[in-house]
Amino acid sequence: MTQMNLLQAINNALITAMTEDEKVMVFGEDVGHFGGVFRATSNLQEKFGKARCFNTPLTEQGIIGFANGLASQGSVPVAEIQFGDYIFPAFDQIVNETAKFRYRSGGQFSCGTLTIRTPYGGGIAGGHYHSQSPEAFFAHVPGMKIVIPRNPYQAKGLLLASIRDDNPVLFMEPKKLYRASVSEVPDEDYELPLGKADIVQEGKDITLLAWGAQVDIIKKAADMALEDGVSCEIIDLRSILPWDRATVCESVMRTGRLLINHEAPLTGGFASEIAASVQEQCFLYLEAPIARVCGLDTPYPLAHEKEYMPDELKTYEAIKRTMNY
Amino acid sequence: MISRNHLADIKTTNQVNIIRNGIVDIPMLQVLSPDGDIVSGATVPDIQEETARKMFDAMHYVRVLDERMVAAQRQGRISFYLACTGEEASTVGSAAALSDNDMIMSQYREQGALAFRGYTTKQFMNQMFSNKADPNKGRQMPIHYGDKPLNFMTISSPLGTQIPQAAGYAYGQKMAGKEAVTICYFGEGAASEGDFHAGVNMAAVLNCPAIFFCRNNGYAISTPAEEQFAGDGIASRGIGYGVPTLRVDGNDVLAVYQATRKARELALAENTPVLIEAMTYRLAAHSTSDDPTGYRSKEEEEAWSKKDPIARFEKWLSGKGWYDAPAYAKHLDTLRQEVLAELKLAEKVPVCDIDEIVEDVYDTPPWHLQEQRDQLKAHIAKYPGEYPKTAGGVK
Repeated sequence: MTQMNLLQAINNALITAMTEDEKVMVFGEDVGHFGGVFRATSNLQEKFGKARCFNTPLTEQGIIGFANGLASQGSVPVAEIQFGDYIFPAFDQIVNETAKFRYRSGGQFSCGTLTIRTPYGGGIAGGHYHSQSPEAFFAHVPGMKIVIPRNPYQAKGLLLASIRDDNPVLFMEPKKLYRASVSEVPDEDYELPLGKADIVQEGKDITLLAWGAQVDIIKKAADMALEDGVSCEIIDLRSILPWDRATVCESVMRTGRLLINHEAPLTGGFASEIAASVQEQCFLYLEAPIARVCGLDTPYPLAHEKEYMPDELKTYEAIKRTMNY
Repeated sequence: MISRNHLADIKTTNQVNIIRNGIVDIPMLQVLSPDGDIVSGATVPDIQEETARKMFDAMHYVRVLDERMVAAQRQGRISFYLACTGEEASTVGSAAALSDNDMIMSQYREQGALAFRGYTTKQFMNQMFSNKADPNKGRQMPIHYGDKPLNFMTISSPLGTQIPQAAGYAYGQKMAGKEAVTICYFGEGAASEGDFHAGVNMAAVLNCPAIFFCRNNGYAISTPAEEQFAGDGIASRGIGYGVPTLRVDGNDVLAVYQATRKARELALAENTPVLIEAMTYRLAAHSTSDDPTGYRSKEEEEAWSKKDPIARFEKWLSGKGWYDAPAYAKHLDTLRQEVLAELKLAEKVPVCDIDEIVEDVYDTPPWHLQEQRDQLKAHIAKYPGEYPKTAGGVK
């Protein structure tokens, strides 16, 4: 075990994957000698050579197009998009190519070996072009998997599983936690399951559901609610697509209440899909409407970042409203 | 190519020297004149009789296929077709210059390359009838062929997406130590997509052994080339990206063959992309969904008909004594019958079972796809008459 922050855990996972399989290649803007703007790919070029860890020209559609070609050839690309906010030039390559490659060829060709890493989310004074949480756009794309870790231990295990999974994975990293989140991380190789939620804390009155950096937020809100005698169950969804409906519904059937928290705007956010599915599965078990505590339906603001965020206070208030419904 | 990055010495000038009309006027390689004679001073590529005949057969094959399938679409037997009439030399001549290990990533009008590789009439028909014998499982519109054993990547409709993919595929081939290149076909219209610029630039910077083969056929559906770009065609862009580039007469199969062979050699020897711009003409409509009389003149079409790549090659083959007109006429009759016979067989083959609807989205169908499949099957079982293609499979 070594104390690592989230960036070090990602770097460690990449080293593990590249050591184990020479077909793994890591590339993107500034990821080469410089090690990426956040340093997630530090020292990889020195360790594994310029052919396996390299800079690309500044073109997101090119990076993902190139990665799709590499994956279909049988290599194992780990492509970095420097900020989730800049993934949109690659939207066509991801939606129409990465995700449909296997289906359209009847399984003859696929981009299953591809992993796209990208930092996402707010809390770093990044304004609307360095703070967005675009997971819901990709949750609408059959063929993609979407994975989001909440801490360094989760990051290493989930990233290794994503790289080795035979499906394209969009691996979204909560950049607010890159250096802020520190935990014990095993030095050895390990994987955590994709498509499986993690019950972080058991409780009996209400289920709180989040992913990435927002898991810490709902934990804080749960501590506040506990002072009022409310016992919260906390679930980290971990995978947005496919998501673990079974674990969430099993929890809601016990607690009778559900609150979903995400940073992305409310309308059309992934909480909408979860709420629709849970009411369908758990209608007669629900004691109150499903609460959503999310970002506002505005571009991500800079000066009003604190006001925008679905923080622990907003979550706490929503817990009280749900309990008193 | 001279790399003029920030480290390079760059000459200075005290003149306001605005460069106009490009730096070079890029000529096109021609071996056979439009009349089928060897151009004075041209080197005839070293080509065996067997290869030459195979090329000629593939060119004729796709012309027969195109005629039959356009007719089949008009009869309502298939939903869509897209002919490559007029561009047989570009697609066959380039494919003939490759090794079978080379990956072909095509746009959608390269059935000549596919036929040359050995895709059979039965395979063409199964794809176009979207039946269960199609390895793509009937999931795509007609003409979106794909065949892994032939190293022919499954076609995608969005234009230009295969260009950066070809750079990546070629990079992977190089890393795996394969003596192989990737050829990437696209039209001059698709070269306006961002993916063209992204892909060619990446291939150049990352030293990918890829051949970018542009079929400049004059039209993107109805939009003529002069409304597509203002520069010296697509070839001039290759120069801008530092990519070895050549332009070739796309209706001259020997020139295309020679150019592509040279490009392949260069790509492998130097780990570099090469851009080829083949100047040709789409004698056919864009697809069965449009009528070219609305956007171009009869005179223009007739002028290009006179440059027919098949007639030109035929004359050269005759001169070599490799072409017997009566025997060939007979062969074409047999071919037409074969196409018709396979068409009739393929249209009777059923579509895939309904379970296939959720297969290949992921490596295995996750819970939500299994649930949706089961709900769908229960629904079909309730209304079998409304879903005749699949009702038999859900009893």
